[in-house]
Amino acid sequence: MAEVIRTATREAYGKALVELGAEDEKLLVLDADLAAATKTGMFKKAYPDRFIDCGIAEANMIGVAAGLATAGYTVFASSFAMFAAGRAFEQIRNTLAYPHLNVKIGATHAGVSVGEDGARHQCCEDIGLMRTIPGMTILNPADDVEARLAVLSAAKVQGPVYMRFGRLAVPRVFDENYRFEIGKGVYLNEGTDVTVIATGLLVERAIAAVELLKNEGISAALINMATIKPLDAEIVLDAARKTGCIVTAEEHNVIGGLGSAVCECVAGAYPVPVLRVGVEDTFGRSGPALELLEYYGLNAANIAAKAKQAIALKK
Amino acid sequence: MLEQAEKKRLALTACNVRKGIIEGVFNAKSGHPGGSLSIVELLTYLYEKEMNVDPADPKKEDRDRFVLSKGHAAPALYAILAEKGYFPKEDLKTLRKTDSYLQGHPNMNYVPGVDMSTGSLGQGVSAAVGMAMAAHLKGGAFRVYTVLGDGELEEGQVWEAAMFAGAKHLNELTVFVDNNNLQIDGTVEEVNSPYPIGEKFAAFGFHVIEIDGHDYDAIESAVSAAKARTDRPTAVIMKTVKGKGVSYMENAVGWHGSAPNAEQYAKAMAELDAAWNELNA
Repeated sequence: MAEVIRTATREAYGKALVELGAEDEKLLVLDADLAAATKTGMFKKAYPDRFIDCGIAEANMIGVAAGLATAGYTVFASSFAMFAAGRAFEQIRNTLAYPHLNVKIGATHAGVSVGEDGARHQCCEDIGLMRTIPGMTILNPADDVEARLAVLSAAKVQGPVYMRFGRLAVPRVFDENYRFEIGKGVYLNEGTDVTVIATGLLVERAIAAVELLKNEGISAALINMATIKPLDAEIVLDAARKTGCIVTAEEHNVIGGLGSAVCECVAGAYPVPVLRVGVEDTFGRSGPALELLEYYGLNAANIAAKAKQAIALKK
Repeated sequence: MLEQAEKKRLALTACNVRKGIIEGVFNAKSGHPGGSLSIVELLTYLYEKEMNVDPADPKKEDRDRFVLSKGHAAPALYAILAEKGYFPKEDLKTLRKTDSYLQGHPNMNYVPGVDMSTGSLGQGVSAAVGMAMAAHLKGGAFRVYTVLGDGELEEGQVWEAAMFAGAKHLNELTVFVDNNNLQIDGTVEEVNSPYPIGEKFAAFGFHVIEIDGHDYDAIESAVSAAKARTDRPTAVIMKTVKGKGVSYMENAVGWHGSAPNAEQYAKAMAELDAAWNELNA
């Protein structure tokens, strides 16, 4: 068996920025004193004249990004998810999104897989916050292959994009044939009993869950949903019709994220049971990332258990 | 020093801008007349005398930028833009109406001539700083002007922006502080004193100039001095009178965010007409 490649999506973000920098002279990258951690440091090294360190001042960084965007630059502004979506929420809402400016937010260190730094840095609310902003695009890639494609695609969008990356090295899920399109979910497995819709690092765990279910004679479909907004309603409703129940899986609060988006989608169009795997409306804690993912039930066993519950809820 | 005829021309325009403010706020039955009236001389000077802008080409790339960080003074910005011909003056009466493009706070995508959507205090100045950074990267391609309220200085983001502008030596940026000394809950000292304002900006790396914000000669010399600096941004602290030009609104905190009734409207317009006639006499 080939060795599994493990790369953090933030690493892919840094590399993709360098790739973009070579193509586009008008691309600027901003950071708030976290270039080494967000991996924008790679861009800084390659294009020092187009890298602007705003210091530990995320609110101002978003405003500066907005001002630069009005002068024709494509701006990537980076920080940890907590300080980008959290601290600078209102700046993103009022100064980026309301004027629909061409700024991409590269938010790293999302979710509990931040690990030992603990709750204060583990943002499980960012998707919810960003999802309520009109016109915001939200991308949450599953591995380094998808993260690269997400960054390249985001650069082509006119308007604000929130990109969510992780600190933890995660197994590669996709190969070079993988096609990524903003706003499109992708079936990774066909099935008839239940559909698992997963995003981010839960995708790899959902693949394992599908195997667990298969061993028990349950046919589970699996959708990778890298774009949380605009949500691919077509594929969600297709899953609802075909399998009659859904389980969502994400490294985010069960309130406000992918699970909520899927519930909202099916509730008004084709109501089916939806069970959500995610952080159960609680704060994170310190610990090794992989242990924390188990601690919070962000694993294949929990997805499989929820799948069986969902099937039981079907009429 | 400006010539008398030029000062008279500016004063007449300012009179019209003040009438535009009152017209808008009266018809909207809401809005912020006090802090709009206090920045009229500055806006008139910048748009009439200083900024490289073209109402026929509002988005031209090398234009000077203006950011109304104190976005609630939108009636003043709309009034000067209408005077300049960016849109019909008649439209000022649609201020804050549901189907109007003249929103309560400026939207850059709706209103020709508005360079940044503002209205959440402290945020416009950061965007202005970003624009100045862009001008800097483009070798000083244009200048950026922004106006902050004195109460707005209580927002921490103002100082994040000031630190960045000073640290990056953004000489393309001029920040004006509308120091009318009043905010919603009282005088700025009573609420949360931002004083001493000039010393604070100086400490953040700004060239600081303190002027009478209703004196065109002072505004002109401050703008010239700001343009002469090649090493740092400039902060112009303008002593102003909130409600300037309408007797009963001057220095009255209650006129921060309320509209005149029909009788008050008539009195304000009569005063402004009288001022116009006196200038023209």
